[in-house]
Amino acid sequence: MKKSYQSLEDNSTHNMKQVIYRKLASNILHLGLILLFAFSTSLTAQEGDPTNGKSLFNTNCASCHKLDNKMTGPALRNVESRLAEEEGLDREWLNSWIRNSAAMIKSGDAYANKIYEEYNQTAMTAFPTLTDQDITDILAYTAQPKAEPVVAEGPAVNGGGGTGGASNNLILGALALLFALLAGALILVNRTLNRFAEEKGVDRPIKEKGTPIWKAFVQNQFLVLVTSIFLLLASAYFVYGYLMQVGVDQGYEPVQPIHYSHRIHAGTNAIDCKYCHSSARVSKHSGIPSLNICMNCHKSIGQVADEVQAEGLNEYGVDYNAEIQKLYKAVGWDVAEQQYTGKTQPVEWIRIHNLPDFAYFNHSQHVSVAGVECQTCHGPVEEMEIMYQHSSLTMGWCINCHRETNVKVQDNEYYTKIHEELSKKYGVDQLTAAQMGGLECGKCHY
Amino acid sequence: MHINMKATLKISVVLVILLSLVACNKSSSRNYQYMPNMYESVGYEAYQEANVQVGDVEIFENNMEARLPAEGTIPRGNFMPYEIEDTNEGYELAKSTLTNPLGPPIDLDSPEVDSTHVDSDLSTIRIDYAKGGPLYSIYCAICHGAKGDGQGKLVQGEKILGVPSYDDVGRAITTGSIYHVIYYGKNTMGSYANQLNEEERWQVVAYVEKLKADLEKK
Repeated sequence: MKKSYQSLEDNSTHNMKQVIYRKLASNILHLGLILLFAFSTSLTAQEGDPTNGKSLFNTNCASCHKLDNKMTGPALRNVESRLAEEEGLDREWLNSWIRNSAAMIKSGDAYANKIYEEYNQTAMTAFPTLTDQDITDILAYTAQPKAEPVVAEGPAVNGGGGTGGASNNLILGALALLFALLAGALILVNRTLNRFAEEKGVDRPIKEKGTPIWKAFVQNQFLVLVTSIFLLLASAYFVYGYLMQVGVDQGYEPVQPIHYSHRIHAGTNAIDCKYCHSSARVSKHSGIPSLNICMNCHKSIGQVADEVQAEGLNEYGVDYNAEIQKLYKAVGWDVAEQQYTGKTQPVEWIRIHNLPDFAYFNHSQHVSVAGVECQTCHGPVEEMEIMYQHSSLTMGWCINCHRETNVKVQDNEYYTKIHEELSKKYGVDQLTAAQMGGLECGKCHY
Repeated sequence: MHINMKATLKISVVLVILLSLVACNKSSSRNYQYMPNMYESVGYEAYQEANVQVGDVEIFENNMEARLPAEGTIPRGNFMPYEIEDTNEGYELAKSTLTNPLGPPIDLDSPEVDSTHVDSDLSTIRIDYAKGGPLYSIYCAICHGAKGDGQGKLVQGEKILGVPSYDDVGRAITTGSIYHVIYYGKNTMGSYANQLNEEERWQVVAYVEKLKADLEKK
């Protein structure tokens, strides 16, 4: 019994020891954590967290402020120290300005009124929800030094002539020239050798003269007949092909005055076609967007990202930033002052899709009523760096689509009766555009 | 000698033809047309270049056929101009006074077909989220996000920053302020008056208010 007690005691002391060790360990850990916390909180209290500040800046401030450039409001790099040095304004002033600038302007604060007048009386949105800590974080972000610009590695922009087609042609031309030179050289060598042979009196082996091949061919009347039929058919095929493509501009890809990449706008950014071509919903034409629509976004996007710029230079030979500058010049936008100068200059876009005058086509009827996707006719625009005509736009192409496309007749109560009668007449459930009169001449030609 | 001359001539002819074929294989110019006077309109087509000169005077400025409507003219129908000005005072006025002229919303669960209205009298048209929604997703969602939380595709790609959520307390948008801002734009946002007509603008306003209410519920 005693022994067992003993052992128990032993055990317990042993356990006690372990507990003490554990407690010590956890205490140290706690202490460490507390120290860490204390340190980190003191850090943020003094300097602010620039990472959090960046996300706050991007959600709240970036619609009107940039760090280094004037936008709707002033540039904000080092705003706190700048204000303190130049105007003698402290954090208190900034806090109340950010939370309610309108009240400060009303109260007659001198610098508040000055900046309000300087920026064309644009009222800054009030941010009453930002805490002191939030503002500290944002100011910490604005106090960060400017990052060194990454130099885009890429060849210098060649003056627009470096398109793939031109260089291909150049290579082909050079090859042809090379072949011509080779052929010429061979002929010359042959001639000189012959001359040498004649002078030295070498007997060249004389070919036995049989019937020449063309004579044999002419004598074989069957062969002549077959060949001429074949030649006639082949030439008819090519002549027909040539005549049928007259007036068809499939693949037409003109060089536009501003290099506009549908790949970036409609593909990467997934902007809806109708955002820019808004009149396609409501009118005959899918309008060329006015520059006002470009400026909806490019008022704040004056430069593309460095990777996009490098990609443009390397893969497409385009300086995207320079193209945006062309837009600013045309629309008369002063980047430094963030104002329109009023000096505009129309951009002479080159029209690609153009139906002949004798054919009528209405965009709104296809886009809004039929709900046809733009890509059905215009092809994979969201992949096109340079816009080109994807479809042939011939009458056969129109008719083919009208024959194959079913018309959405659901929820169109105004025409229910006529739709039912037509379905009965043709004995079908789904009416195609052709069955609804989409093949009648007068629909498109009048 | 004579035969060789002929052969070189032939070869060079073939080469010239080949080269000319290669040179013509460019897609940067238009094809031939059979009868251009049937292809090209006698009257001015949209966006057509119109360089008409009488003496030294250019009739169309910049040779553009497209013109702005004459000043002071209005479109047909029940057109009412938007008279509030694009100023801070105008914004406050619109924010506090302007209301949606459209009729009450069409119930999405049991939509009625509204075929009664024939003119452009807005009060006979009802708010229809099935109209406003698609328009919102074309013109607004690219920045403001499909839910109106300011997280559109361009914002997520960090191309445009600082788009506020519709339930932002500092801005506290109202029916009137939404319409005013769509009409004139504000700060970085541009005007959408040329992409949306009057009825469409009000349909979008109603849809934005619906999104705002949904955001505030959360």
